[in-house]
Amino acid sequence: MISQLGQSQGPAPAVVCRGLRHRFGDHVAVDGIDLTVASGEVFGLLGPNGAGKTTTIRVLNTLLPVQEGAVTVLGHDVGRSAMAVRRTLGYVPQQLSIEAALTGRENVAWFARLFDVPRRQRRERVSDALDAMGLSDTADRLAGTYSGGMVRRLELAQALVNRPALLILDEPTLGLDPVARDGVWQRVDELRQATGMTVLLTTHYMEEADALCDRVALMHVGQIRAEGTPAALKADLGPGSTLEGVFRRYTGGTLEGDAEAKGGLREVRSTRRAAGRVG
Amino acid sequence: MRSGALVGPLAGSAEPAAGASAGVWRRFPSRVATFCLVELQKLRHDRTELFTRAVQPVLWLVIFGETFSRIHAIPTGHVPYLDFLAPGIIAQSGLFIAIFYGIQIIWERDAGVLTKLLVTPTPRSALILGKSFAAGIRALSQVVVVLILSAVLGVGLTSNPADILGAFVIVVLGSAFFSCLSMTVAGVVLKRDRLMGIGQMITMPLFFASNALYPVSIMPGWLRALSTVNPLSYEVDALRGLLLHSKADLGLDYLVLVVAVVTGVAAASSLVGRLAR
Repeated sequence: MISQLGQSQGPAPAVVCRGLRHRFGDHVAVDGIDLTVASGEVFGLLGPNGAGKTTTIRVLNTLLPVQEGAVTVLGHDVGRSAMAVRRTLGYVPQQLSIEAALTGRENVAWFARLFDVPRRQRRERVSDALDAMGLSDTADRLAGTYSGGMVRRLELAQALVNRPALLILDEPTLGLDPVARDGVWQRVDELRQATGMTVLLTTHYMEEADALCDRVALMHVGQIRAEGTPAALKADLGPGSTLEGVFRRYTGGTLEGDAEAKGGLREVRSTRRAAGRVG
Repeated sequence: MRSGALVGPLAGSAEPAAGASAGVWRRFPSRVATFCLVELQKLRHDRTELFTRAVQPVLWLVIFGETFSRIHAIPTGHVPYLDFLAPGIIAQSGLFIAIFYGIQIIWERDAGVLTKLLVTPTPRSALILGKSFAAGIRALSQVVVVLILSAVLGVGLTSNPADILGAFVIVVLGSAFFSCLSMTVAGVVLKRDRLMGIGQMITMPLFFASNALYPVSIMPGWLRALSTVNPLSYEVDALRGLLLHSKADLGLDYLVLVVAVVTGVAAASSLVGRLAR
C-alpha cells in the first residue's frame, strides 16, 4: 500500500507519513496511516467527513501535534521543525475564511507580510497572486462583498503569495456552486502546470478527485483503504467503473451516505458559517 | 490568467525561503508592525467605532468630571478634579477597548482566519504580541479624542510633544496588557458569550480598584492593596506624571507595565492553540 513513487529518483517526497495515529480523547481519528506524496504531484485524500482527512491535514500543517508516528514535509520533521514546515506551506482550510473588513488586496498583502515576502517584491507578488486568481479587477473592494467562489479564489491567492512548495487544500470546493467549483478546479490545474508545486487536497467529491488528482488515497474510519491513480483504481474494479464504485468496494459504504451519517452536523455548521459570512 | 507570473523559486525549495534567516528577533517587530497596519486598515474602512467609542469618555469627563469638580468631594490637592480625572479616563477608554479584544480572536477562530494565521511562520507569542499592540493602536484613537476634549474643556494637560509621545507608549502598553488578559480568558472559555460576561464582570472592578477616579490616599486599606496590584493604577500614575507633570514614579510604572505585557503575552500565547483545535 505504501507508494513507491516517493522512493524513486528525483526530488525528496513532499510528504511522508509513517504510522501516523491521532486521538481526540478515546476517539481515534487517524489510525496508523502510511502516506507518501511525491514532489510535484496533485494528491487527493478521499473520504467522507469523519474519515480523518482533516485531522491528517492538520497534523501535516502543524496545527495539531504529532502524537504517534513520523511525519516529514519536504524533508522537515513536522514535530521538531514546525516553523520550517510552515515556511514552505500554502494552506486553504475547509471553511471560507477571509477578513471581510479588509479589501482583497489587503488580505493578500497581510499574508505576504506574515510569510516574510521581501518588501521590494511584495507589491508585485501580491498583484501576481490576485491576477492569477482572476481577482485583479475586484482587488480593491472589501472582501466582505465577495461571492463564495471569489472568497475561495482570494484564499488561494493568500496561500500562493508565499510561492509555497506544498499547497494544502482542505475540501476546496465545499459549499460552492458548480460554476464556482469549476473555476477553482481550473485555477488549481493551471497553477500546478505553471509552477510545478505539489498539491495535497482532501475532498469527498469523486469528480473533483478524477478531474484534479494524479493519485488518490481512499480514507475510511481513520485508515487508508486503497491508494493509486484514479485510472488504475478504476481499472482494478473492471471496465466502466467509477471512483465511487472503488470506494464502495474498499469500505462497503458510499461517500455521500457516510458524509450524512458522520459529518452531517459539522458540515451543516461550517456551511452555515460560510453562508453567514458570504451573505 | 497569468499563473506564469507566480513562477519562481518555491518557498522551501533549494533557494532559502525569504525571511528564513531573518531570525526570531526580526520577526517579532515585523509581526507587530503587520498586525498594527491591519488594524489601521480596518479602522480606515470602518470609522464608526472611532465615534461610538468616544461617547463614554465624553460622558465621564463632561458629566461625571464637571459635576464632581463642583462638589469638591474628592481631594486632589492643588490639581483641579477634571485635570486629575482626564488621564484616568484615557486609561479607562483603553481598558474598555482592550478587555473585549479577545472577542476578535474568538471571531477569527470561528471565521477560520486564526487557523490560517497559525500556519504562517509566526511564533504564537509574536501573533499575540502583534494583536495586543493592535489593540493599543485602537486605544490610541481614544487618547486623541480625550486630548482634544480636554483642550476644549480647558483641562491643563501638557502640550510637550515628548510627554504626549510618552503617554501614547503608556496607553499602548496598558491596552496591550489588558488585551492579553482578554485573549487569555478567550483561550480558557473559548466562547464569545462567556468572554463577554467575564469582560463585563472584571472591567468595573479593575476600573474602581485603581487610582483612575480618586487618589490612592483616600482609599480604604483593602482597596489600596488591590490598587497596588492593578496594572491600571500604574498606567494612570504614569499618564498623570506625563500629562499633568504631577508626582509619579515613571520608572516603576514603565517597568510594571512591561512586565505585565510580557506575562500577558506568555499566558495568552500558551492558550491560543486551544482555540485552533
